[in-house]
Parts: sequence; structure tokens; C-alpha cells
Amino acid sequence: MAETLFFNALRQATDEEMARDSSVFVLGEDVGHYGGSYKVTKDLYKKYGDLRLLDTPIAENSFTGMAVGAAMTGLRPIVEGMNMGFLLLAFNQIANNAGMLRYTSGGNFTIPMVIRGPGGVGRQLGAEHSQRLEAYFQAVPGLKIVACSTPYNAKGLLKAAIRDENPVLFFEHVLLYNLKENLPDHEYIVPLDRAEVVRPGKDVTILTYSRMRHHVMQALKTLEKQGYDPEVIDLISLKPLDFETIGASIRKTHRVIIVEECMKTGGIGAELVASINDRFFDELDAPVVRLSSQDIPTPYNGMLERLTIIQPPQIAEAVEKLVEGRI
Amino acid sequence: MVSTERTVPEFKTDSVELDKEEGLMLYEDMVLGRTFEDKCAEMYYRGKMFGFVHLYNGQEAVSTGVIRSMRPGEDFVTSTYRDHVHALSAGVPAKEVMAELFGKETGCSKGRGGSMHMFSKEHNLLGGFAFVAEGIPVATGAAFQAKYRREVMGDENADQVSACFFGDGASNNGQFFECLNMAALWKLPMIYVVENNKWAIGMAHDRATSQPEIYKKASVFGMTGVEVDGMDVLAVRAAAQEAVARARAGEGPTLIEALTYRFRGHSLADPDELRSPEEKEFWQARDPITRFATYLTEHDLATSEELKAIDQKIQQEIEEAVDLAQSSPEPDPSELRRYIFAEE
Repeated sequence: MAETLFFNALRQATDEEMARDSSVFVLGEDVGHYGGSYKVTKDLYKKYGDLRLLDTPIAENSFTGMAVGAAMTGLRPIVEGMNMGFLLLAFNQIANNAGMLRYTSGGNFTIPMVIRGPGGVGRQLGAEHSQRLEAYFQAVPGLKIVACSTPYNAKGLLKAAIRDENPVLFFEHVLLYNLKENLPDHEYIVPLDRAEVVRPGKDVTILTYSRMRHHVMQALKTLEKQGYDPEVIDLISLKPLDFETIGASIRKTHRVIIVEECMKTGGIGAELVASINDRFFDELDAPVVRLSSQDIPTPYNGMLERLTIIQPPQIAEAVEKLVEGRI
Repeated sequence: MVSTERTVPEFKTDSVELDKEEGLMLYEDMVLGRTFEDKCAEMYYRGKMFGFVHLYNGQEAVSTGVIRSMRPGEDFVTSTYRDHVHALSAGVPAKEVMAELFGKETGCSKGRGGSMHMFSKEHNLLGGFAFVAEGIPVATGAAFQAKYRREVMGDENADQVSACFFGDGASNNGQFFECLNMAALWKLPMIYVVENNKWAIGMAHDRATSQPEIYKKASVFGMTGVEVDGMDVLAVRAAAQEAVARARAGEGPTLIEALTYRFRGHSLADPDELRSPEEKEFWQARDPITRFATYLTEHDLATSEELKAIDQKIQQEIEEAVDLAQSSPEPDPSELRRYIFAEE
């Protein structure tokens, strides 16, 4: 076991997969000599050269489209979004080309590519750098969407994403890069399509992902002292959703709270609520509770920014209310 | 509205090396494209095919001149929504392209793509891209792949060239400039072929750009840019051969601007009201197929009987393609959701 920082876990995953498979390469802004905006590819160019750590001009739609062309012809590109928000500029390439082309081509081509980078609300980065694109992209057919949340799952999931034959949108969180965790010395893979039961419990199912997992765990400190026993599930796979794990939990707790960082309208939670109603309505003892960010551009001001996203006390309050039957 | 015509660059045919076999091959490919498209119009108006159908009539010399100067099935081709004929030149059988237009399971995209989404992995046809300019990065990625395979993976045979077709409208899009920059920067084996047919639907090229001579835009990237008579298959072929040689030698990309014209509207749904009869006549008189037929007979490379035999052979092939398309099965409804993800 070795204590590893989150960004280094991602770096290790990239390094290991590049060593294993010479068709794997990274492209994006400052991924080479600069080492990536969050140092996920630091010094890898020294080991693998400039073509495999391809520093691109600032041209998101073109370099993302290039990655699609490279993937169609047998390479396994990893596109780093310096900030995932920038990939709005490549929306067409991600949706029409990466997501839909396999289907449109009647199965002629596969697109094994990873599009990864920092998303989420950081500390006073302003609206454009505080995006939660998972919500925008979830309607695109053909994309897998994954959000990592710990150094352990970040490493294992990224390795799985690189080996996957499909385009994977891989969300990291701008405020999690310095988390530390002891990682196994042996190689491991974390499957892309499985949610993680972070804490088993019986009172209520809390569905969350990315940084909000840590807000939930903070709320749990209070809740445990008060005698509550929630089950916490990190969704990991935002598309497709792991309804096996979700369903097993709902059958046990009969109550659900969703804690997410994306905005409420059209968010991951909105899809979850609809799907839970479709699949597990008879299991529910209360309406599903959704804790989401405000439907606003993320403000710069620190106090307003905190008010925009869900904070641990709100989670604790929602659990209390739901379990006490006040919702 | 009449816009003035650009002076077509003069192409000297005395330097052309062309034997009978290749001459007939080029002729046949152009006739295949023309006959196929005429049949599409007929089938569309008879209610046999649907959606947006963009025909290539008039531009055949460009597809044939470029793609037939490449290695079929080995080099890469990327096209636009006007993609039937590029697919044919790349070697996709006419029956598979026709069946795709009929939405049948035997289509090259299994009936899932349609007119604007022709694909064939077997023929390295990377698509059929419906949005203007979006195929340019994809083609550039395929070229990067060839360079990568050679330099990183040690594959000495990886000298494939990637040709990307697009129109004058796309040349005002950012992806065009972004990709020219990267292809020149990394010396990618790319051929950018802009088929300047003067009109982006109803937007006259002169009204859309500050510099109508598109080939000149290569120079700011330090890239070779050439203009060719896109109604002359030999001129296009000569430019393409040079560009292919440059790309294979690792000397980087070329921008070829082919001056051409579409003999039909933008799509079969286009009323085509803006282009003047004078302009259409001017270009019709330069029909690339009749022109090349004349060249072949005048240079004793073919008799008119031989050409007529090719015309008939192609006519037959297209009739068979329609028959197959009509008799082919619809896709299986149980496979509605197939191909969303890669199969295990």
C-alpha cells in the first residue's frame, strides 16, 4: 500500500495503460510539457514522447474530432479537457461523432476514447469554469458517463475507461485532486458500470456522486451520532445507471435522497427520480427527495457560491425529515 | 444573380501519362457517379427514398480524380452530406449505397445512416458527415493515426493518406482553419479537397468570404495550396497525385481547391431559385464526363463504342442495385437498439 494523491492515481492509471498498450495516447491543451493543468500527465512526455502526450493548439472541437478519427482507425485516444467546461466547444464532436457515429454507421466503427478532466464547482472560479456537463451530455446516446470520487476508484475506473471499446466521458472534480488514500501495490480495475455502496445502512438510500459523496459523508458524522443509519451509494456510472445496486438498496430502505452537484433542472437526479418511479414506485414509502444545485450560473462571490451548491447540514436535515416521516 | 466566373487555371494535357485501362477506369467511375445520382433523383421523386438527398452531378471529376489517385481500401476518405459518389469512388458497391438510401439492412450503414451517413470500414470510408466541416477533424485524426502508427508503433507500412472532401461553405468554418494549422504543424499525410461549387445552399461564395480564392488560405499555414479545374478529371488527378506523393513522403498536407459546379440544387428539396440560367449554362457546357469522353476518343484511348458499352454496363449495374435495394429486408425491429455500444 502506498499513500497516493488523487491526481497521481490518475497519472498512474494513464502511465500503466500507456505502458501496456502503445495505441493509447493523450491529447489536449498543456498535457505534454506542462504536465496537465492538474498535473495528471506530469513528465509523462519524457517517457513517451511528444506524439503520445500531444500538446494541441487551443482548438477543442478540432482536437476532439481528431481523437474520434484516430479512434475510428484503431488508436485509443484520451482527450483531456483542461477544464471540462471547455468541452462545450466540442459538443458536436462528443455528441454527433463520438456518441452517435457507431450507431449511424450501422456498427462499422467503434470509438474507443476517453474524454476526461476536471469538472464541478471549484472555489470561486466563476460560472464558466464551474460546469457540471454530465447533466448536459446524459441525453446523448452511445456515451458512457463516469464520475470518480476517490483516489482508489479514480485509478481503477480510468484504467477501465481506457480499455473500454466505447467513448467514455470521465469526470474528475476540481476540488478532489489532492485527496490522499492508500492504494494497493498490485494492479486493479474498477468496473465502469457498478455503483459503489460506500456505507451500508437501513434507514434511507442516499444516491450521490463525485464531490457530493464527501459532503454526504460529512453529514453522516452528525447523523450517526443521532442514531440514523443511512445507506450511501456512490453512483460512479452516471450513464448507464446501475439500477441493480440502486434497486437492491431501495427494496431495503424504501426511502431515497439524491445529492448532486449538477443543477436541478434536467440533472442526473431528475433522470434518477423518473427512473426510480418507473421501476421501484411500489417500494417507496415517500417521494424521492432531490438535493441539487441552484438553477443559476455559479456566482463568483464565495458566500453566494456556497449557497448555490448543497452543504452537509442540508443533507443531514433532509435525512432527519425523511426518516421521521415529515416528508 | 450572375457572379463573375473565376479564370480556370490552365492545365496542359501534354504532360499527362494515361493508358487506356486507366482512362476507361476514370471514365467508368465518373459515369457510375452520374448514373447513380440520376437514379437517386428518380427514386426520390417516386417516393422510394426519403429525407435530405444531396446529389453530386457535375462534380464527378473531383471524386474520381482524387480518390482514384489513392490506394482503395487502404487510404482514408471522409465526405460530407453529399457523399454517395465519394463512397462509390472509394469502392463501396453501388448496391450497398443504394440499399442504404432505401433504408435497408443491406445498406453500407445497415439502414441506420441514410443519405448523409455513408460508412464502410472495409473501404476506409470514415463517413458521411451531415454537419458542415465536422468531417475535417475526423479525417485529420485518421492522418494523425498513420503518422502515429509509423513513428510511435514502428509500423513502416503505415503510409496511408487521408483525403477529406468539403465545400466552399465549410472553408469559412473554424474547423477548417484549426485543422489546416494542426496538419501543417505536424506534417500530417492529409489532402484537404475543397469542392468549390460556388454556392452554400443559397449563399453565394463571394458573399460569404473575404477571400474567395480558398487555395490561398493554405499559405498562411505554410502549406501547399493549389487550384484546379474541377471539371477536368485529368487536372484534378494530376493535383491529387502530387498531393498523395507529398503526403506519403511525410512532407505534409495539401489543400486542393477544385473549381466545380453542381448541376442540381443543393438537395432534391431545394427550389434552386437563386442561380441564374446563364451561370448554369456556363458550367453545363463544361460537363466533366462529356469532356473526358472527348479527350479519350481524340487521343485514341477509347472508341465511342467502348464508352457506350461502359455507359450500358453502368446502367445495368444501377438497375441491379435498385432491384437489390428494393428486394432487401428492412432492418430487424428487434435490432433497433443494436450498435449503440460496441459488442462484446
